[in-house]
Amino acid sequence: MKYNKKVLQHFQKPHNYGKIKNADGIGKVGNIVCGDVMYLYIKISKNSSGQDIIKDIKFETFGCTAAIATSSMITDLAKGKTIDQSLKMKGSDIVKKLGGLPPIKVHCSVLAYDALVEAIYNYLEKNKKEIPEKLKVKHQKLQKEKQIIEEKYQDWTDSQKNILDKNGKNNC
Amino acid sequence: MQKNIYLDYAATTPIDPRIKPKICSLLTKNFGNSASIHSCGQKAKLDLKKARKEIAGFLNCQEKEIIFTGSATESNNMALKGIAYANLDKGNHIIISNIEHPCIMNTKKWLETQGFSVSFLEVDSQGFVNPKDLENLIQANTILVSVMHVNNETGAIQPIEEIGKICKKYKIYFHTDATQSFGKININLKKTNIDLLTASSHKIYGPKGAGLLYVKKGVKIEPLLHGGEQEFGLRSGTINTFAIVGFSESVKILKKEMKIDFEKAKKIRQKISEKLKKIPNTTIISPENSIPNILNVSFNNIEGESVLMLLDQEGICVSTGSACSSKDLTQSHVLRAMKINPQVAQGSIRVSWGRFTSEKDINQFLDVLPKIVKKLRSYSPLK
Repeated sequence: MKYNKKVLQHFQKPHNYGKIKNADGIGKVGNIVCGDVMYLYIKISKNSSGQDIIKDIKFETFGCTAAIATSSMITDLAKGKTIDQSLKMKGSDIVKKLGGLPPIKVHCSVLAYDALVEAIYNYLEKNKKEIPEKLKVKHQKLQKEKQIIEEKYQDWTDSQKNILDKNGKNNC
Repeated sequence: MQKNIYLDYAATTPIDPRIKPKICSLLTKNFGNSASIHSCGQKAKLDLKKARKEIAGFLNCQEKEIIFTGSATESNNMALKGIAYANLDKGNHIIISNIEHPCIMNTKKWLETQGFSVSFLEVDSQGFVNPKDLENLIQANTILVSVMHVNNETGAIQPIEEIGKICKKYKIYFHTDATQSFGKININLKKTNIDLLTASSHKIYGPKGAGLLYVKKGVKIEPLLHGGEQEFGLRSGTINTFAIVGFSESVKILKKEMKIDFEKAKKIRQKISEKLKKIPNTTIISPENSIPNILNVSFNNIEGESVLMLLDQEGICVSTGSACSSKDLTQSHVLRAMKINPQVAQGSIRVSWGRFTSEKDINQFLDVLPKIVKKLRSYSPLK
């Protein structure tokens, strides 16, 4: 897999990784069976015009080079932005900022963006704020996809449990 | 640039410097076509003959039973397709294990489109086929069983002696892909019932571009390539003398040093295993009964490609079967066949070493690895 220098830099020294205690919003996306799991934490405050801005943002990611690099990049892109500005971003903005990704890895940037969307949704919902229609639709779509994957792998996950327990014994 | 620490010997090996002078002379001086009748060609023909004799001696078989090919992929294709088409009168059913190399797996897929039927001999959670299962899969129209000797991802040594016996009992051809085992563990063609065997030069310190298919005398097989009738009419194409002679030269070294290589590999495996035990939440995927130069290990809650890339940044080359690293983003079919939980499989890397791996290399690797695992775990939401 050929990654460019910028992607490797973000991968080797990712920005803003870790957890935010008492985060105002958390976005959890991805599925281990599919490869990547991302958690995005946001802390919100107000700017001088009284708009909600993303004051702090951190990520936790299980995934490949591209998943970690895109997580790092989205935290850079979203930090300091208003919620409206953040929601206007796209997955492709992350790819552009990283100077490109191997085509097969572009889905990682989509996942990073979805994590941000989910974190913002989580914040607005928790604080009983008005949720833009577009965001509602997006959230429902993501939840539905998540459900489909979980159902798809449910039987499999159950059948694996025994094996995992058995394999667990072999753990060093 | 720093020196690479190469721990991917199961992918390919460097050429042993001792065979370099011999093969270099074939590039510019003794470059003849072994099919030419002039002296230049006859010299090449003699080189080919010597090479065949060397390897036949190593495998304890007749010279005429060695067919040189371009690669193990070609040999495996020839074994399956060649047997399938030469034995249509006997049947159209083939049995293969479900952990074969992609060159067998994809040949299977193609054969199915041509009207052949293929059954899978499935492995257990340790990655071994059970010879007892084989008997249940055999049908009246079964013509071939193909089970690899050593798996390339886990190193698991398959029970080919028992499989050979069963195949003999039912009068079915038995092919084994010995690409990972040839030159590393003993294969006795006189004792084990093997009708066809695949081996490759570049896994044993020889050049790329040479493989072989052992075809036992009397086995009915069709060629893949038609043309100048080289290799007893079974593999046409100008003989790649350079690679084949290199192949035989590397076998010549093995005759003396196979045991030394084996003991060295075993020691390294022990050292790596010991150290891995100290990294928490680590699962050794390779079973006990494995070849000593391959170790497949998984670090829970992190992903294999990331481990590989961070090691690569440190100049250390390993391999991974994680979904993220594959062309189609699917998890390794071998780990899936072993029904390994995705959470474990995703974090797997394959480390393999060989003749030129130094203690310093291993120390460096074992020094860097725990730090990388720790770093990636600090990014991971899974705990």
